[in-house]
Amino acid sequence: MPEIATTASQAHAALVPQEEHLELPHFRIEPKRGWVSVNLKDLWQYRELLFFLAWRDVKVRYKQTALGAAWAVIQPLFTMLLFTLFFGRLAKVPSDGIPYPLFSYTALLPWQLFAYALTESSNSVVANERLITKVYFPRLIVPLASILAGLVDFAIAFVLVLGMMAWYHTVPTWAILTLPFFILFTIITALAVGLWLSALNVQYRDVRYTLTFIVQFWLIASPVAYSATLVPAKWRPFYGLNPMAGVIEGFRWALLGKTPAPGALLWVSVAVVALVLVGGFYYYRRMEKTFADLV
Amino acid sequence: MTALMTDVAIRCEALAKQYEIGERESYRALRDVITDAVSAPFRRLRAAARHSSVPNGSGEKPTIWALKDVSFEIKRGEVVGIIGRNGAGKSTLLKILSRITEPTLGSVDIWGRVGSLLEVGTGFHPELTGRDNIFLNGAILGMKKAEIARKLDEIIAFAEVEKFIDTPVKRYSSGMYVRLAFAVAAHMETEILLVDEVLAVGDAQFQKKCFDKFRQISSGGRAIVFVSHNMAALRTACQSGIVLDRGGVVATGEINAVADQYLAAVSNNRGTESIETETFIVEDVSISSREGPVIKTFDSVEIRVRVFAKTEVQNPGMFVSILTLDNERIAALAFNDFSNIKGLQAGESCELGFRIERFPLLAGEYQMEIDLTDLDHYKVELVNKNYAFEVVESPVYRSRKINRWFGVIGLQAQAFGGPVGTNSSLETSFPGEFPVITES
Repeated sequence: MPEIATTASQAHAALVPQEEHLELPHFRIEPKRGWVSVNLKDLWQYRELLFFLAWRDVKVRYKQTALGAAWAVIQPLFTMLLFTLFFGRLAKVPSDGIPYPLFSYTALLPWQLFAYALTESSNSVVANERLITKVYFPRLIVPLASILAGLVDFAIAFVLVLGMMAWYHTVPTWAILTLPFFILFTIITALAVGLWLSALNVQYRDVRYTLTFIVQFWLIASPVAYSATLVPAKWRPFYGLNPMAGVIEGFRWALLGKTPAPGALLWVSVAVVALVLVGGFYYYRRMEKTFADLV
Repeated sequence: MTALMTDVAIRCEALAKQYEIGERESYRALRDVITDAVSAPFRRLRAAARHSSVPNGSGEKPTIWALKDVSFEIKRGEVVGIIGRNGAGKSTLLKILSRITEPTLGSVDIWGRVGSLLEVGTGFHPELTGRDNIFLNGAILGMKKAEIARKLDEIIAFAEVEKFIDTPVKRYSSGMYVRLAFAVAAHMETEILLVDEVLAVGDAQFQKKCFDKFRQISSGGRAIVFVSHNMAALRTACQSGIVLDRGGVVATGEINAVADQYLAAVSNNRGTESIETETFIVEDVSISSREGPVIKTFDSVEIRVRVFAKTEVQNPGMFVSILTLDNERIAALAFNDFSNIKGLQAGESCELGFRIERFPLLAGEYQMEIDLTDLDHYKVELVNKNYAFEVVESPVYRSRKINRWFGVIGLQAQAFGGPVGTNSSLETSFPGEFPVITES
């Protein structure tokens, strides 16, 4: 039997023209030292896997829960109701002249997206351990896919804000055209931090336990239940060091058009995210070669 | 340069991989790092005071070379088996070739796309349907969506799960699950395929189907690298073999020659380290066929044990038990049931053995347990180590492959039969000896 296989393959090899051999993609595996670049070409080739992993996360989540997609609305809705009661009605937190429910819900939208994306991406490498130890693909796909899955929840929750705007007779201004930018900015902020945490999580499982605390802490530090205008004007750009301040203020402005456009504060946030993101990419790429051995 | 390399699919050069021992099991807690960071300067100071030399960084971490200086070449259209004991570096090699982990030193050049099958059904999700999982698993294995869609019907038919394709795979039987997972992998169209031990799963018929599929793939000019413990499977599937031992390549060449060489080497190695019991020192233990370098079912087999007496032994003897790797006892022999030899003085050595005609064990791995005895002194001393051995090949029952479904013992039988009532059913109308067919 082996003889037959040999002759068959030899015969075949003889028939195959030389050109076909030369077309074969060549790849070299060798130890990489020092800083490595983000391999965008590789990432692009695996874009379908990115989509499939995100699709899996969404599908499985909705299949396993009794309320399914309703969760995407329930969480921000109830948080909004609670905030409206305690901060809006009882504590009378100023809301820049916007009805408090709308004020807090427009902030909760990006916040939920961010919190979900951050949590999921930070746990993503550890959660996909089986994949990472058994098959090759660009490791960046893992946190990216978990973040993409959060967009579905976001889209569902977004429908509600349109209803609320109609209810409060809020007409969006031209600023709404910048909304896609702010959605992207939310995701990138989550990715920037998520890259660091997911890679750290592989080596130090402390990350997993700290994560809930980080998210809680960050929520209070961000202008979700209150307005960034509470911060004195001259200190406000520094508030932008918390990138979620830039995201949320921008979101409110883009969607409702009632608050002033976030100027310096937003640019500080963008700068911070850019720094964390670039660092995150390199840290992640540097650590990823050890993932399969450590996870 | 390219003109010379057109036939090469994989070329490894001086490949090496180093692991920190215990690395895989224990990740570090942040606390350890902080403690390290705090104590390191002091350690350095102390070391500096003592030796005036600074130890490197985190100190002496035990490391192991899972692969060392591995070089070989695999050509297109070749099916190559990687042979070696557990821990020889086979899996590490496969992980490097499939880019899951990076080598510490050396390089691999690969011409063509690589599909790796280190596990059946990587990324399968129990909640998703068979159809969904085909797409997901296909994408994980590096297939394009369009490619999967094109082959979907073929994959479903190959897996024989047509009726259940829209059922979540958590409701599948394990056989169906494996078949589906394998069907996806078998339809990868990469120029190079890496397969780890996965053929051990599934029923015999499906295994054959997969083998045929692999052959079909390799005759299309693709290279396949197989890792398996199943020598018989490697002999049928591969043309050449690479033997790894303790991380290095010890032999390459034609599969049968390499497999025999490996098995002979393994049996030579067995039992050369000396083990002490209270009264004896075991100097050498061997089990070998008198008909060739490897043990095959129904060979004439010899077990030899050489012992050294630490004190006087009046009636030396031994028990030899043969166990499966799961420690299930298959057979036992007591030396004194057969014969007695003269006593030993302290410091004297002797050799004890059994010869077994038509050794009945089927192909597989087994182990020997040895007790040394001096029955006159009521001494039975267990040798604190079991000796592994392998029966390489079994007569093939017609064309089927021997697997554990056949049990561990080969029966020598004759078949007979005929229509009932004609009184011929008890006559051997077509007497058939046990067909002893060894593959050539």
